[in-house]
Amino acid sequence: MPDMKLTLNNEVVIQKSELDALLAAVRQQGYQTVGPVIKHEVLQYGPIEGISDLPQGYTSVQDAGSYRIKNTGHSRYFDITPGARTWKEYIYPPRKRLFTLSKENRHWERVKIEEEIPKYALVGVRPCELQAIGVLDAVLVRKDFTDPDYFARRSRLFILAVDCLHPGDTCFCASMGSGPEAGEGYDLKLTELDDCFLIRIGSDIGLAVMQELNWEPATAFCQQAAQRGLEHAARSMGRHIRDIESVPDAILDNLEHPHWIEVSARCMSCGNCTFVCPTCFCWDAVDEVSVTIKETSRYRVWDSCFNLAYSAQAGGNTRPSTKSRYRQWLSHKFGNWQKQFNVLGCVGCGRCITWCPAGIDVTEEVKVFQEVSS
Amino acid sequence: MRPEVPVAAIAHQADKLLSPDWAKVVEITPEAEGIATYWLELEDESLRQRYRFAHGQFNMLYIPGYGEAAISISSDPEKPDRIGHTIRFVGNVTRAVSRLKVADQVGLRGPFGTAWPIEQYKGRDVVLSAGGIGLAPLRPVIYEIYNHREDYGKVVILYGARTPKDLLYVNEFPVWEEKDIELMVTVDRADQDWTGQVGVVPMLFYRARFDTNNTVVFSCGPEIMMRFVVFEGLARRIPPEHIYLSLERNMKCGQGMCGHCQMGPFFICKDGPVYCYEELEPYFHLEDL
Repeated sequence: MPDMKLTLNNEVVIQKSELDALLAAVRQQGYQTVGPVIKHEVLQYGPIEGISDLPQGYTSVQDAGSYRIKNTGHSRYFDITPGARTWKEYIYPPRKRLFTLSKENRHWERVKIEEEIPKYALVGVRPCELQAIGVLDAVLVRKDFTDPDYFARRSRLFILAVDCLHPGDTCFCASMGSGPEAGEGYDLKLTELDDCFLIRIGSDIGLAVMQELNWEPATAFCQQAAQRGLEHAARSMGRHIRDIESVPDAILDNLEHPHWIEVSARCMSCGNCTFVCPTCFCWDAVDEVSVTIKETSRYRVWDSCFNLAYSAQAGGNTRPSTKSRYRQWLSHKFGNWQKQFNVLGCVGCGRCITWCPAGIDVTEEVKVFQEVSS
Repeated sequence: MRPEVPVAAIAHQADKLLSPDWAKVVEITPEAEGIATYWLELEDESLRQRYRFAHGQFNMLYIPGYGEAAISISSDPEKPDRIGHTIRFVGNVTRAVSRLKVADQVGLRGPFGTAWPIEQYKGRDVVLSAGGIGLAPLRPVIYEIYNHREDYGKVVILYGARTPKDLLYVNEFPVWEEKDIELMVTVDRADQDWTGQVGVVPMLFYRARFDTNNTVVFSCGPEIMMRFVVFEGLARRIPPEHIYLSLERNMKCGQGMCGHCQMGPFFICKDGPVYCYEELEPYFHLEDL
């Protein structure tokens, strides 16, 4: 270890094999390490122990309505862009038990349940996904209301971000300002170079972890290589939205434009886009009753504005058509979200394009509204 | 970019997420076919003493095994220990409510949402226009006027229901009228005994006499009705900032985080349900928003 004192925002270099020690040091701090793994021929997130669990050599081929993984045999560990799953499931679980009640003598009593909130270390959080966690923070940790479960999970997170040097074919994070370089909010940030990892320290816990490792000061050569890689990545994005500042008004000024009918003829209202979205936060609450009818548990489950029941009420459905539901989704993500939470709801990860069975491309739809309002 | 709320402030709430307090049904008043008022008292003594609500706010009522429904409070805000909810038995949860008896338990979260700004309009004329169950969230305003009648000018209630049998609070009509609250009632379909008006609520507007320069309009009912109430109000030169509407949407949380109740930029559950028409105007005409 060199004779240099590590501090916040230092950039250092570790050998790739040192990642095992890094993950062990993170676990030493009490975290469960989860990261990218190939499962069922798609990139998912799951428990990882060390570098051998990572999808080395893999890449994904993505297009509107299409996803394939490919093993090209390259030597990089963090090259493959995400699949349908998001980190959201670790901080905002798809299904969460709220409480269980049991009935005695016409009286409901709350059943005590001990639940320990896990401490996760998210390994390999890409810039768009880091931004998505920031968007969820804006939605769920507010002055007027904070979701206590989200907050508890979120404040226990350790985030190891990775810069995105090889964006996918449906990516447009450069247009949204969320990538390819990871913004703030990480504990450690990693840039994968050919023969080493360049690491930047973003928090005190990150600093404590790095002090356990064999590191070297980052050379100007490494830093320049990372910079060149990021510039190349920004140029090689698969998709673009130009002039993002104009998008909210372009959409909100055209809520009655006939294009909504055109796009709704292709949309199946399946809700895939909302379930793969790293920022969609809508949920429903459902009760499950035991067969003895003595006990009932209430769950919070992810919901989608594309579900018909989402907008059902006694007086009728307020969004009975696919047109009204697609309009709600797009105008919320790219318009009203900003009015509500002072940030756009889209981070440019491209999942909604890849996983749309009809291949509807948001970047194309947004462009239509930009054109009609210019 | 870590969230900036002190951990200690909400750590103790981690298991309180969407968890209701318990109330007991103390009285059930049948109001009309398929509609009754449920009077609830919170079981916990200190909660009951602390509980306050404003005119037009709502509670989330919970029947274990069935779920929650957003129900506006229809009782007197000056008597917050007995909370009245006038409920039409129309959905999964409200049909379960219809099977409750006195002394049964109901889960309660609330109150949520914005209120009718009635106290800002002291000294002015007040027009309340309601359709069907829409009279329920306006009843707290009627209580306020009834309790402090001298604070307000001319007060007119324009109220309509489908048939005479669907009219709410008919026993209270004479009590209101005694306090110089003018009541105009209409029905969509008359029966043999009906001698009153037949037609829609906005139609009553032109018969009502009030000082248009000094009047506030509160309206709750089907959106199509409110659309025409706004039309009639504006036609009588009542400025949009003195017209208030209460909207209804599917609601799950009451705190602007489940997404369901959105309309344009609004979460109806926390930015509404009561809106000044001036604020709603850019969105209210958009179909299926």
